[in-house]
Amino acid sequence: MFYRESGQFKSSYAADSAILTIAQDRLFIAALLALAFVVLPGLGSDYLLSGILIPFLILSLAALGLNILTGYAGQLSLGSAAFMAVGAFATYNFMLRMPGMPLLLAIFLGGLSAALVGVAFGLPSLRIKGFYLAVATLAAQFFIEWVFTKFGWFTNYSSSGVISAPPMQVFGIAIDTPASKYLLTLSIVALMALAAKNMARASIGRAWMAIRDMDVAAEVIGIPMLRTKLLAFAISSFYCGVAGALYAFVLLGTVDAQAFDLHRSFQVLFMIIVGGVGSILGSFLGAAFIVLLPICLNLLGQAFHDTISTQFLANLEMMLFGGLIIFFLIVEPHGLARLWQIAKEKLRVWPFPH
Amino acid sequence: MKKSAVAVSLALLTVASVAQAADQFIPIPSYRVGAYASGGAKFYGGMIDYLNYVNLKEGGVGGVKLTYEECETEYKNDRGVECYERLKAKNGGASAFNFMSTGITYATMDRAEKDKIPLMTMGFGRADAQDGRAFKYVFPLITSYWSQATAKVQFLGQRVGGMQNLKGKKIVNLYHGSAYGKETIPVLDAMAKKYGFELQHVEVPAPGTEQQSQWLEIRRARPDFVLLRSWGVMTPAALKSAQKVGFPRENIVANWWGGSEEDAIAAGDAAKGYIAGSFALDGKQFPVIQNIEKTVYGAGKGNLSDKGFIGTVNYNRGVVSGILMVEAIRAAQKKYGAKTLNGDQIRWGMENLNIDAKRQQELGVTDMFPQVKTSCQNHEGSGYTRFMQWDGKDWKPVSGWIKADTGVTLPLIKASVDKYSQEKSMKLRDCAAEK
Repeated sequence: MFYRESGQFKSSYAADSAILTIAQDRLFIAALLALAFVVLPGLGSDYLLSGILIPFLILSLAALGLNILTGYAGQLSLGSAAFMAVGAFATYNFMLRMPGMPLLLAIFLGGLSAALVGVAFGLPSLRIKGFYLAVATLAAQFFIEWVFTKFGWFTNYSSSGVISAPPMQVFGIAIDTPASKYLLTLSIVALMALAAKNMARASIGRAWMAIRDMDVAAEVIGIPMLRTKLLAFAISSFYCGVAGALYAFVLLGTVDAQAFDLHRSFQVLFMIIVGGVGSILGSFLGAAFIVLLPICLNLLGQAFHDTISTQFLANLEMMLFGGLIIFFLIVEPHGLARLWQIAKEKLRVWPFPH
Repeated sequence: MKKSAVAVSLALLTVASVAQAADQFIPIPSYRVGAYASGGAKFYGGMIDYLNYVNLKEGGVGGVKLTYEECETEYKNDRGVECYERLKAKNGGASAFNFMSTGITYATMDRAEKDKIPLMTMGFGRADAQDGRAFKYVFPLITSYWSQATAKVQFLGQRVGGMQNLKGKKIVNLYHGSAYGKETIPVLDAMAKKYGFELQHVEVPAPGTEQQSQWLEIRRARPDFVLLRSWGVMTPAALKSAQKVGFPRENIVANWWGGSEEDAIAAGDAAKGYIAGSFALDGKQFPVIQNIEKTVYGAGKGNLSDKGFIGTVNYNRGVVSGILMVEAIRAAQKKYGAKTLNGDQIRWGMENLNIDAKRQQELGVTDMFPQVKTSCQNHEGSGYTRFMQWDGKDWKPVSGWIKADTGVTLPLIKASVDKYSQEKSMKLRDCAAEK
């Protein structure tokens, strides 16, 4: 009923290969973008923008990066936080060592640095795979964290190893209010999500999926292993690097290497597992689940602030969160994105189930 | 995304509508889950108990009732920022934040400056924030890490019978491989230069559970003392490893993060004799603690689930933090009148604290923490640290209050502030003009 496609005809190749082929989808996305770009920055409170939406968007971007590598190309990785750290520290140093460098260029170069490091740590993927590769990327996690703690140069010899973001501006506009920070993040994330969607649909995405599903067969049909796998590592790390730079500069305004520890890598991994492996939408849904749910539970808990001990509430929040993860994975092991897809199919035939 | 945004805004509305107008709101960004929960629950328990105590005993500060709301940070920076944003404008505006976390403090510093809300970083945080000219809204009250580091070395000087005897001694600085752990290295280097002892830095990678090779290295080096700059699980692991290699625990001196019951009890037998710094003494002998137990717990309004934790190190620290917060509000009320004050007015109060011996007597906290007198230039207000020794059951004081060696810390603070103001391209406040 709601998603009925009857009467919508595709009469050209361009229409057939569009990202959103159904009018309802186009309408929904247009409304969502209008809400995100126009309504929220105007009406949203500081808390909604900088306390909730900015971290959600940034971690969605990191999840998107890992989803490209793990979901599409099938290369397990536990180093996403390390690549985020490279992006953050590289952006900081580009801005510090080259005064006058535009913020966006610095973030881009930070992403490129992360891509280079990602390629270096992706090299073992040519020989090992699966679980063993995950352990190899774990080495990246520990090594990079150690490098940033050990060598003072990266933090401009700050006594505690913490970097702090200089004043930021883009095209002459100062990025210093929650709304401007939110819009900057949203624009970057929206563009990169669009790019990811297109990559997944293009030949490179198909090559990744072929390698993911069976690498020997992929090699037989002529997909270059070396290039495709390393490209997946590079692009994934680029996404993580940009996410790290945004995390350090836009969200916290300061960062130390410990902010990108193994827990962060796990957090990003959980996002794609809960959200849906191999799905662009899943990265966003997963980030929403992992980032927003604990906050919502905490807010709800505050309603019982005086009646139940806060200690119990805090622990209850963790238990509920863990329970919900298990529940969702049992109900739908393919993640929230798959649930969304099923819902759409149901809406299509509603109210008749056949 | 849309759905959750709506849900969150709805939840916000309900919570906000409960708020009342003529109260002074104190946000409590606590951590009761996560790696540091055992300390956090007691610390914030103590702080909340003190606020309730003031409400029950005096009906608030100057007739203005204190209200609070907790927000769970889990000791994570991003959650801390979320809590900051959630609570900063609530119930007439936040008075001041005390995150008890260096990371969250760093992450909220610029925001606080912009929102004009003071950050209380009692005993921790950026040491250079002592200079109120550059850090108008940050208050490392009582003692910063740098002040503590100089106090530790002076304490060792007392142990060997005078600072001149430190010459030629060998000291190892065993530190946590993190921003926190590295923070005191420049100060200790400066102290080593000044007093001519040999200093060796040994790093323990985070989280610090694995210290076998470090202690073998220490055994080889045969130092006279080990300065322990530990955190969480690192403390008991260090004490147990020291016991294994036979290093006397009497010669290990930790800073205050390593000096709570949680640290010592976890190490069991190995902790006996071990020494840690402190800026707020433990125990129930102080009238304020007894009064809280009587008034607050008597009325069934205590925050701790287990009354047995009253008087532990972390609980007492929480009470001290509550006292400093309330005294800052009191000071600000003297200038601005007894009404709901905003963050900037509380900042003035925090900048003009004067808790002298007489005031301590009135509060029932004589000798519980050093006297505090802050100013525009000096946001630390004290700089004293005291040392205590674990006897297997309790902490026992083993020194008086030791003053920070400002001859060493001040030049370092100045250099750091210069660098910071240059990086941020900002101008320092002129304290003389504000008088």
